[in-house]
Amino acid sequence: MIVNQFLVLAALLFSIGVYGVLVRRNAVLVLLSVELMLTAVNINLVAFWAYLQDPLAYLQDVQFAGQVFALFVIAVAAAEVGIGLAIVVLIFRNRSSANIDELDLLKW
Amino acid sequence: MEFTDWISDARNIIFLVIGLAMVAAAIRVVSSPNVVHAALMLVVALAGSAAIFIMLGAEFVAWTVVLVYIGAVIVLFLFGIMITRAPTGRDSVRLDHERRWPAALIALAMFITISWATTETFGDKLVSDGVATANDLGAVLFDRYVIPFEAVSFVLLAALIGGIVLARKDPEQ
Repeated sequence: MIVNQFLVLAALLFSIGVYGVLVRRNAVLVLLSVELMLTAVNINLVAFWAYLQDPLAYLQDVQFAGQVFALFVIAVAAAEVGIGLAIVVLIFRNRSSANIDELDLLKW
Repeated sequence: MEFTDWISDARNIIFLVIGLAMVAAAIRVVSSPNVVHAALMLVVALAGSAAIFIMLGAEFVAWTVVLVYIGAVIVLFLFGIMITRAPTGRDSVRLDHERRWPAALIALAMFITISWATTETFGDKLVSDGVATANDLGAVLFDRYVIPFEAVSFVLLAALIGGIVLARKDPEQ
């Protein structure tokens, strides 16, 4: 398995996520697309860990850095979803709509 | 490396199947007219990413994805969908913008740029076959990375309290 196949798959997932963020109107669906992008980043981190495994084998400290970073990304993504959905629920209560293009209160 | 050489490795055939399933599911996530279907298609994409992690030898990350993402985050998303949009069938309002082509163009340009850069840089370099067990990862997580680990646990606690504070109805009103 070459490292590039994983990187290209991650690039594809990331681009699909970018498309989703740009094109979706519902705030929950935008958050779903952001999750897709974070998954792509995790695949990149773990692929680079597998690629650099042998050169870094003598460094006990940073040997598993890629996987540790992937775990941190997962934890922060979980926190982001919790807060994000709470904000979406609040917006829905105030405006009775979760469409982000209708949230124009800050427009002058 | 020629494509015939690449595909002769049985693991690459498995990778191709998983990758195609992931990409198809991801496209459904961003294009499905049904909100619940989009969330459920994200489950397929995340399960595919867990399989990719297993292929790379990162088993603890793979099971964390299954537990945290598929177990908890998707349930949270489904709750969010249920609260913000009662009809779970086909929606009356459009979920997409009218102008899709600029977004598709940006995404395509981004994909071409990233994949060109990685192909130029890494070419045919192989990944190692080593496996990291939960034992290895736990040892390094609680030794070298213990302060970031505690910081992340604090972030999670803050998110928990923040979520409760935001979503709670104000007792004054």
